[in-house]
Amino acid sequence: MTDTQSTMEVLASDPSSRKRFLKMVGGTGAASAFAVFLAACGSDDDDKSSGAPEVSKPSGSKASGKDVKSDLEIVNYALTLEYLEADFYKQVIESGEVKDKKVAELAMKIGENEQEHVEALTATVNQLGGTPAPQPTTKFEDVISGGPDMILKTAAEVENLGAAAYLGQAGKIKSPEILAAALSIHSVEARHAAALNTLIGKSVTPDGAFAKPASMDKVLKAVKPFIAS
Amino acid sequence: MTKETLAIPELEGVEIHGTTRGAFLLRATLAAGAVYGAGAVAPFVKQAMAQGGMGDVDIVNYALTLELLETAFYKKGESLKLSSEVKKLASQFGKDEAEHVDALTATVKKLGGKPPKKPTFTFPVKDEKSFLELAVTLEDTGVSAYNGAAPMIKSKDVLKAAGTIVQIEGRHAAAIRLAAGEDPAPEAFDKALEMQAVLDAVKPFIKA
Repeated sequence: MTDTQSTMEVLASDPSSRKRFLKMVGGTGAASAFAVFLAACGSDDDDKSSGAPEVSKPSGSKASGKDVKSDLEIVNYALTLEYLEADFYKQVIESGEVKDKKVAELAMKIGENEQEHVEALTATVNQLGGTPAPQPTTKFEDVISGGPDMILKTAAEVENLGAAAYLGQAGKIKSPEILAAALSIHSVEARHAAALNTLIGKSVTPDGAFAKPASMDKVLKAVKPFIAS
Repeated sequence: MTKETLAIPELEGVEIHGTTRGAFLLRATLAAGAVYGAGAVAPFVKQAMAQGGMGDVDIVNYALTLELLETAFYKKGESLKLSSEVKKLASQFGKDEAEHVDALTATVKKLGGKPPKKPTFTFPVKDEKSFLELAVTLEDTGVSAYNGAAPMIKSKDVLKAAGTIVQIEGRHAAAIRLAAGEDPAPEAFDKALEMQAVLDAVKPFIKA
Protein backbone atom coordinates (compact mmCIF):
# COMPACT_ATOMS: atom_id res chain seq x y z
CA MET A 1 0.00 0.00 0.00
CA THR A 2 1.40 3.35 -0.94
CA ASP A 3 1.19 6.45 1.16
CA THR A 4 -1.16 8.04 -1.31
CA GLN A 5 -3.64 5.25 -0.95
CA SER A 6 -3.60 5.35 2.81
CA THR A 7 -3.93 9.11 2.77
CA MET A 8 -6.83 8.91 0.38
CA GLU A 9 -8.54 6.25 2.44
CA VAL A 10 -8.42 8.40 5.50
CA LEU A 11 -9.45 11.48 3.63
CA ALA A 12 -12.10 10.28 1.23
CA SER A 13 -14.21 13.36 0.70
CA ASP A 14 -17.84 13.96 -0.01
CA PRO A 15 -18.92 15.79 -3.18
CA SER A 16 -20.09 18.92 -1.38
CA SER A 17 -16.79 19.61 0.31
CA ARG A 18 -15.07 18.95 -2.97
CA LYS A 19 -17.24 21.56 -4.60
CA ARG A 20 -16.51 24.05 -1.85
CA PHE A 21 -12.86 23.32 -2.20
CA LEU A 22 -12.79 23.73 -5.95
CA LYS A 23 -14.60 27.00 -5.65
CA MET A 24 -12.09 28.20 -3.15
CA VAL A 25 -8.95 27.41 -5.08
CA GLY A 26 -10.54 28.21 -8.39
CA GLY A 27 -9.74 31.76 -9.42
CA THR A 28 -6.70 33.52 -8.16
CA GLY A 29 -6.80 32.14 -4.65
CA ALA A 30 -3.39 30.63 -5.11
CA ALA A 31 -1.64 33.89 -5.81
CA SER A 32 0.26 34.19 -2.58
CA ALA A 33 3.84 35.34 -2.26
CA PHE A 34 4.55 31.73 -1.51
CA ALA A 35 3.34 30.69 -4.93
CA VAL A 36 5.73 33.18 -6.42
CA PHE A 37 8.48 31.74 -4.27
CA LEU A 38 7.86 28.33 -5.76
CA ALA A 39 7.30 29.68 -9.22
CA ALA A 40 10.71 31.28 -9.08
CA CYS A 41 12.24 28.04 -7.90
CA GLY A 42 10.54 25.65 -10.18
CA SER A 43 11.51 27.09 -13.48
CA ASP A 44 14.73 25.25 -14.14
CA ASP A 45 13.42 23.38 -17.13
CA ASP A 46 11.74 26.30 -18.79
CA ASP A 47 13.08 28.13 -21.75
CA LYS A 48 14.11 31.69 -21.14
CA SER A 49 11.20 33.29 -22.90
CA SER A 50 8.56 31.66 -20.74
CA GLY A 51 6.81 34.17 -18.55
CA ALA A 52 4.97 31.58 -16.48
CA PRO A 53 7.45 29.03 -15.19
CA GLU A 54 6.14 25.66 -14.15
CA VAL A 55 7.73 22.74 -12.41
CA SER A 56 8.35 19.91 -14.81
CA LYS A 57 5.57 17.36 -14.63
CA PRO A 58 6.01 13.64 -14.14
CA SER A 59 6.27 13.29 -17.91
CA GLY A 60 9.88 14.46 -17.71
CA SER A 61 12.73 12.11 -16.93
CA LYS A 62 11.84 8.99 -15.02
CA ALA A 63 13.73 9.91 -11.87
CA SER A 64 12.44 13.45 -11.61
CA GLY A 65 8.88 12.29 -12.32
CA LYS A 66 9.11 9.90 -9.43
CA ASP A 67 10.54 12.63 -7.21
CA VAL A 68 7.78 15.03 -8.11
CA LYS A 69 5.17 12.38 -7.36
CA SER A 70 6.75 11.66 -4.00
CA ASP A 71 6.93 15.36 -3.14
CA LEU A 72 3.33 15.80 -4.21
CA GLU A 73 2.22 13.11 -1.78
CA ILE A 74 4.04 14.85 1.04
CA VAL A 75 2.69 18.30 0.19
CA ASN A 76 -0.85 16.95 -0.05
CA TYR A 77 -0.40 15.22 3.29
CA ALA A 78 0.73 18.52 4.81
CA LEU A 79 -2.18 20.27 3.13
CA THR A 80 -4.62 17.86 4.76
CA LEU A 81 -3.18 18.55 8.20
CA GLU A 82 -3.30 22.29 7.62
CA TYR A 83 -6.94 22.02 6.51
CA LEU A 84 -7.71 20.25 9.77
CA GLU A 85 -5.95 22.86 11.85
CA ALA A 86 -7.44 25.82 10.00
CA ASP A 87 -10.94 24.41 10.34
CA PHE A 88 -10.44 23.65 14.00
CA TYR A 89 -9.53 27.23 14.89
CA LYS A 90 -12.34 28.55 12.71
CA GLN A 91 -14.86 26.45 14.60
CA VAL A 92 -13.32 27.35 17.93
CA ILE A 93 -13.65 31.06 17.21
CA GLU A 94 -17.19 30.70 15.87
CA SER A 95 -18.27 28.71 18.93
CA GLY A 96 -17.36 31.55 21.29
CA GLU A 97 -16.31 28.92 23.84
CA VAL A 98 -13.00 30.63 24.52
CA LYS A 99 -13.92 33.65 26.63
CA ASP A 100 -10.43 34.75 27.62
CA LYS A 101 -9.69 37.57 25.21
CA LYS A 102 -5.95 36.96 24.97
CA VAL A 103 -6.40 33.25 24.36
CA ALA A 104 -9.12 33.85 21.77
CA GLU A 105 -6.86 36.32 20.01
CA LEU A 106 -4.02 33.82 19.93
CA ALA A 107 -6.34 31.15 18.54
CA MET A 108 -7.48 33.53 15.85
CA LYS A 109 -3.90 34.42 14.87
CA ILE A 110 -2.82 30.81 14.77
CA GLY A 111 -5.89 30.01 12.69
CA GLU A 112 -4.89 32.72 10.22
CA ASN A 113 -1.41 31.20 9.95
CA GLU A 114 -2.93 27.79 9.21
CA GLN A 115 -5.18 29.25 6.54
CA GLU A 116 -2.13 30.82 4.89
CA HIS A 117 -0.44 27.42 5.00
CA VAL A 118 -3.47 25.88 3.30
CA GLU A 119 -3.29 28.43 0.50
CA ALA A 120 0.46 28.11 0.09
CA LEU A 121 0.41 24.33 -0.02
CA THR A 122 -2.52 24.31 -2.45
CA ALA A 123 -0.51 26.63 -4.69
CA THR A 124 2.47 24.33 -4.32
CA VAL A 125 0.52 21.27 -5.43
CA ASN A 126 -0.78 23.17 -8.42
CA GLN A 127 2.74 24.34 -9.16
CA LEU A 128 3.92 20.75 -9.19
CA GLY A 129 1.16 19.87 -11.62
CA GLY A 130 -0.76 17.78 -9.10
CA THR A 131 -4.28 17.78 -7.73
CA PRO A 132 -4.61 19.32 -4.28
CA ALA A 133 -5.99 17.04 -1.57
CA PRO A 134 -9.66 17.71 -0.88
CA GLN A 135 -10.67 19.59 2.24
CA PRO A 136 -11.70 17.00 4.79
CA THR A 137 -14.96 17.28 6.69
CA THR A 138 -13.91 17.61 10.30
CA LYS A 139 -15.37 16.40 13.56
CA PHE A 140 -14.40 18.72 16.38
CA GLU A 141 -17.85 19.06 18.00
CA ASP A 142 -16.98 16.96 21.05
CA VAL A 143 -13.75 18.84 21.63
CA ILE A 144 -15.37 22.23 21.30
CA SER A 145 -18.35 21.42 23.52
CA GLY A 146 -15.79 20.21 26.07
CA GLY A 147 -14.98 23.86 26.82
CA PRO A 148 -11.82 25.98 26.83
CA ASP A 149 -9.56 23.51 28.65
CA MET A 150 -10.43 20.70 26.28
CA ILE A 151 -10.04 23.04 23.31
CA LEU A 152 -6.59 24.22 24.34
CA LYS A 153 -5.43 20.73 25.22
CA THR A 154 -6.52 19.49 21.79
CA ALA A 155 -4.99 22.48 20.04
CA ALA A 156 -1.68 21.79 21.75
CA GLU A 157 -1.91 18.12 20.81
CA VAL A 158 -2.63 18.88 17.18
CA GLU A 159 0.14 21.49 16.92
CA ASN A 160 2.74 19.25 18.51
CA LEU A 161 1.64 16.52 16.15
CA GLY A 162 1.79 18.91 13.20
CA ALA A 163 5.34 19.95 14.02
CA ALA A 164 6.34 16.29 14.37
CA ALA A 165 4.63 15.51 11.06
CA TYR A 166 6.65 18.10 9.14
CA LEU A 167 9.83 16.95 10.84
CA GLY A 168 9.03 13.38 9.85
CA GLN A 169 9.00 14.36 6.17
CA ALA A 170 12.05 16.64 6.15
CA GLY A 171 14.45 13.91 5.07
CA LYS A 172 12.03 12.61 2.45
CA ILE A 173 11.40 15.73 0.42
CA LYS A 174 13.31 15.61 -2.85
CA SER A 175 13.12 19.20 -4.07
CA PRO A 176 15.26 21.68 -2.12
CA GLU A 177 12.69 24.39 -2.84
CA ILE A 178 9.84 22.37 -1.37
CA LEU A 179 12.07 21.47 1.54
CA ALA A 180 12.75 25.17 2.14
CA ALA A 181 9.02 25.84 1.99
CA ALA A 182 8.19 23.00 4.38
CA LEU A 183 10.84 24.19 6.82
CA SER A 184 9.41 27.68 6.82
CA ILE A 185 6.09 26.16 7.94
CA HIS A 186 7.61 23.56 10.28
CA SER A 187 9.13 26.11 12.61
CA VAL A 188 5.87 28.06 12.70
CA GLU A 189 4.03 24.90 13.77
CA ALA A 190 6.71 24.53 16.44
CA ARG A 191 5.98 28.09 17.59
CA HIS A 192 2.26 27.32 17.80
CA ALA A 193 2.96 24.14 19.75
CA ALA A 194 5.19 25.97 22.22
CA ALA A 195 2.70 28.80 22.72
CA LEU A 196 -0.16 26.37 23.37
CA ASN A 197 1.98 24.20 25.62
CA THR A 198 2.74 27.32 27.64
CA LEU A 199 -0.97 28.09 27.96
CA ILE A 200 -1.81 24.63 29.28
CA GLY A 201 1.20 24.56 31.61
CA LYS A 202 3.09 21.92 29.65
CA SER A 203 6.81 22.04 28.84
CA VAL A 204 7.47 23.98 25.64
CA THR A 205 9.98 21.31 24.68
CA PRO A 206 8.31 18.06 25.77
CA ASP A 207 10.83 15.93 23.82
CA GLY A 208 13.83 17.66 25.38
CA ALA A 209 16.53 19.39 23.35
CA PHE A 210 15.78 17.44 20.17
CA ALA A 211 12.30 17.26 18.69
CA LYS A 212 10.92 13.87 17.73
CA PRO A 213 9.55 13.27 14.24
CA ALA A 214 6.33 11.37 13.55
CA SER A 215 5.63 9.14 10.56
CA MET A 216 2.77 9.71 8.16
CA ASP A 217 1.00 6.57 9.40
CA LYS A 218 1.22 7.62 13.02
CA VAL A 219 0.00 11.14 12.30
CA LEU A 220 -2.93 10.05 10.14
CA LYS A 221 -4.01 7.60 12.81
CA ALA A 222 -3.81 10.28 15.45
CA VAL A 223 -5.97 12.76 13.53
CA LYS A 224 -8.50 10.15 12.38
CA PRO A 225 -10.93 10.88 15.24
CA PHE A 226 -11.20 14.45 13.93
CA ILE A 227 -12.06 13.49 10.35
CA ALA A 228 -15.67 12.71 9.48
CA SER A 229 -14.94 12.05 5.84
CA MET B 1 36.15 37.70 -4.51
CA THR B 2 33.30 39.89 -5.51
CA LYS B 3 31.16 41.92 -3.22
CA GLU B 4 27.81 43.26 -4.16
CA THR B 5 24.77 44.81 -2.65
CA LEU B 6 21.40 44.11 -4.14
CA ALA B 7 18.69 46.68 -4.21
CA ILE B 8 16.04 44.62 -2.48
CA PRO B 9 14.45 46.32 0.51
CA GLU B 10 14.67 43.47 3.01
CA LEU B 11 18.18 42.54 1.95
CA GLU B 12 19.60 45.98 1.50
CA GLY B 13 23.01 46.47 2.99
CA VAL B 14 23.84 42.81 3.18
CA GLU B 15 27.26 42.22 1.75
CA ILE B 16 27.96 39.01 -0.01
CA HIS B 17 31.37 37.44 -0.05
CA GLY B 18 32.65 34.80 -2.42
CA THR B 19 31.90 31.64 -0.47
CA THR B 20 28.22 32.16 -0.02
CA ARG B 21 27.51 34.14 -3.11
CA GLY B 22 25.78 31.34 -4.94
CA ALA B 23 23.57 30.51 -2.04
CA PHE B 24 22.88 34.14 -1.42
CA LEU B 25 21.88 34.66 -5.00
CA LEU B 26 19.20 32.06 -4.58
CA ARG B 27 17.62 33.88 -1.66
CA ALA B 28 18.04 37.25 -3.25
CA THR B 29 16.47 35.95 -6.40
CA LEU B 30 13.53 34.57 -4.49
CA ALA B 31 13.05 37.91 -2.82
CA ALA B 32 13.27 39.59 -6.19
CA GLY B 33 10.73 37.12 -7.47
CA ALA B 34 8.34 38.11 -4.75
CA VAL B 35 8.74 41.73 -5.76
CA TYR B 36 8.97 41.66 -9.52
CA GLY B 37 7.19 38.45 -10.43
CA ALA B 38 8.67 35.06 -10.94
CA GLY B 39 9.24 35.05 -14.67
CA ALA B 40 11.87 37.74 -14.60
CA VAL B 41 14.15 35.93 -12.21
CA ALA B 42 13.86 32.33 -13.35
CA PRO B 43 17.26 32.20 -15.07
CA PHE B 44 19.01 33.45 -11.95
CA VAL B 45 17.49 30.75 -9.80
CA LYS B 46 18.93 28.14 -12.09
CA GLN B 47 22.32 29.79 -11.85
CA ALA B 48 22.20 30.04 -8.08
CA MET B 49 21.24 26.42 -7.69
CA ALA B 50 24.04 25.35 -10.01
CA GLN B 51 26.61 27.28 -7.99
CA GLY B 52 25.57 25.50 -4.85
CA GLY B 53 26.63 26.57 -1.41
CA MET B 54 28.70 25.26 1.47
CA GLY B 55 29.65 21.75 2.40
CA ASP B 56 27.99 19.93 5.29
CA VAL B 57 30.93 20.50 7.64
CA ASP B 58 30.75 24.25 6.99
CA ILE B 59 27.03 24.28 7.65
CA VAL B 60 27.29 22.29 10.86
CA ASN B 61 30.15 24.46 12.09
CA TYR B 62 28.07 27.51 11.32
CA ALA B 63 25.17 26.09 13.34
CA LEU B 64 27.59 25.16 16.10
CA THR B 65 28.83 28.74 16.33
CA LEU B 66 25.26 29.98 16.74
CA GLU B 67 24.54 27.39 19.42
CA LEU B 68 27.69 28.41 21.28
CA LEU B 69 26.48 31.97 21.14
CA GLU B 70 23.03 31.04 22.46
CA THR B 71 24.51 28.92 25.23
CA ALA B 72 26.74 31.80 26.32
CA PHE B 73 23.79 34.16 26.16
CA TYR B 74 21.64 32.10 28.53
CA LYS B 75 24.66 31.66 30.79
CA LYS B 76 24.87 35.44 30.94
CA GLY B 77 21.21 35.45 31.97
CA GLU B 78 22.16 33.69 35.19
CA SER B 79 23.96 36.83 36.34
CA LEU B 80 20.85 38.99 35.85
CA LYS B 81 17.94 39.61 38.12
CA LEU B 82 15.14 37.80 36.33
CA SER B 83 11.59 36.90 37.31
CA SER B 84 11.16 33.27 38.26
CA GLU B 85 9.24 32.56 35.04
CA VAL B 86 11.97 33.96 32.80
CA LYS B 87 14.71 32.44 34.92
CA LYS B 88 13.14 29.03 34.46
CA LEU B 89 12.93 29.43 30.68
CA ALA B 90 16.49 30.74 30.44
CA SER B 91 17.86 27.88 32.48
CA GLN B 92 15.96 25.26 30.46
CA PHE B 93 16.82 26.81 27.10
CA GLY B 94 20.46 27.20 28.08
CA LYS B 95 20.57 23.48 28.76
CA ASP B 96 18.94 22.73 25.41
CA GLU B 97 21.45 24.89 23.56
CA ALA B 98 24.34 23.20 25.36
CA GLU B 99 22.99 19.85 24.19
CA HIS B 100 22.86 21.20 20.66
CA VAL B 101 26.50 22.25 21.01
CA ASP B 102 27.48 18.73 22.08
CA ALA B 103 25.49 17.08 19.30
CA LEU B 104 26.80 19.38 16.57
CA THR B 105 30.38 19.05 17.82
CA ALA B 106 30.04 15.27 17.57
CA THR B 107 28.54 15.63 14.09
CA VAL B 108 31.41 17.78 12.82
CA LYS B 109 33.91 15.24 14.09
CA LYS B 110 31.97 12.39 12.56
CA LEU B 111 32.05 14.18 9.24
CA GLY B 112 35.82 14.44 9.54
CA GLY B 113 35.77 18.17 10.22
CA LYS B 114 37.22 20.32 12.95
CA PRO B 115 34.85 22.15 15.32
CA PRO B 116 35.45 25.91 15.55
CA LYS B 117 37.21 27.42 18.52
CA LYS B 118 34.74 28.76 21.03
CA PRO B 119 34.50 32.51 20.53
CA THR B 120 34.32 35.00 23.39
CA PHE B 121 30.95 36.69 23.50
CA THR B 122 29.60 39.91 24.84
CA PHE B 123 25.93 40.70 25.33
CA PRO B 124 24.52 44.16 25.99
CA VAL B 125 21.91 42.99 28.50
CA LYS B 126 21.41 44.47 31.94
CA ASP B 127 17.90 43.57 33.02
CA GLU B 128 14.98 41.33 32.17
CA LYS B 129 13.67 43.63 29.47
CA SER B 130 16.94 43.84 27.54
CA PHE B 131 17.53 40.14 28.12
CA LEU B 132 14.16 39.16 26.64
CA GLU B 133 14.58 41.55 23.74
CA LEU B 134 17.90 40.06 22.74
CA ALA B 135 16.63 36.53 23.41
CA VAL B 136 13.81 37.09 20.90
CA THR B 137 16.30 38.34 18.32
CA LEU B 138 18.72 35.48 18.86
CA GLU B 139 16.09 32.73 18.80
CA ASP B 140 14.29 34.15 15.77
CA THR B 141 17.63 34.52 13.99
CA GLY B 142 18.53 30.97 14.97
CA VAL B 143 15.34 29.64 13.37
CA SER B 144 15.97 31.59 10.17
CA ALA B 145 19.61 30.50 10.07
CA TYR B 146 18.69 26.82 10.19
CA ASN B 147 15.84 27.29 7.73
CA GLY B 148 18.20 29.04 5.34
CA ALA B 149 21.01 26.51 5.56
CA ALA B 150 19.08 23.24 5.81
CA PRO B 151 18.08 22.94 2.13
CA MET B 152 21.79 23.01 1.22
CA ILE B 153 22.68 20.08 3.48
CA LYS B 154 23.72 17.06 1.45
CA SER B 155 23.57 14.28 4.04
CA LYS B 156 20.05 13.16 4.93
CA ASP B 157 21.17 12.31 8.46
CA VAL B 158 22.60 15.76 9.01
CA LEU B 159 19.46 17.30 7.57
CA LYS B 160 17.25 15.30 9.92
CA ALA B 161 19.42 16.27 12.88
CA ALA B 162 19.17 19.92 11.89
CA GLY B 163 15.38 19.51 11.73
CA THR B 164 15.20 18.15 15.27
CA ILE B 165 17.14 21.21 16.44
CA VAL B 166 15.41 23.95 14.47
CA GLN B 167 12.06 22.83 15.86
CA ILE B 168 13.43 23.44 19.35
CA GLU B 169 14.70 26.86 18.30
CA GLY B 170 11.21 27.66 17.03
CA ARG B 171 9.72 26.54 20.33
CA HIS B 172 12.21 28.63 22.28
CA ALA B 173 11.47 31.64 20.11
CA ALA B 174 7.74 31.34 20.73
CA ALA B 175 8.04 30.88 24.49
CA ILE B 176 10.47 33.79 24.82
CA ARG B 177 8.18 35.96 22.70
CA LEU B 178 5.22 35.11 24.94
CA ALA B 179 7.28 35.99 27.99
CA ALA B 180 8.17 39.30 26.34
CA GLY B 181 4.50 39.97 25.60
CA GLU B 182 4.95 39.49 21.87
CA ASP B 183 3.15 37.42 19.26
CA PRO B 184 4.74 33.94 19.40
CA ALA B 185 4.32 33.37 15.65
CA PRO B 186 4.32 36.78 14.00
CA GLU B 187 4.36 35.38 10.48
CA ALA B 188 2.83 32.31 8.84
CA PHE B 189 6.18 31.44 7.28
CA ASP B 190 9.47 31.76 9.11
CA LYS B 191 12.11 33.55 7.10
CA ALA B 192 15.15 31.79 5.73
CA LEU B 193 18.30 33.84 6.26
CA GLU B 194 21.52 33.53 4.37
CA MET B 195 24.67 32.82 6.37
CA GLN B 196 26.29 36.18 5.79
CA ALA B 197 23.19 38.03 6.96
CA VAL B 198 23.12 35.91 10.12
CA LEU B 199 26.81 36.39 10.80
CA ASP B 200 26.44 40.13 10.31
CA ALA B 201 23.54 40.12 12.77
CA VAL B 202 25.46 38.30 15.48
CA LYS B 203 28.81 40.01 14.89
CA PRO B 204 28.24 42.66 17.59
CA PHE B 205 28.10 39.86 20.18
CA ILE B 206 31.35 38.18 19.20
CA LYS B 207 34.36 39.71 20.94
CA ALA B 208 37.01 37.42 19.58
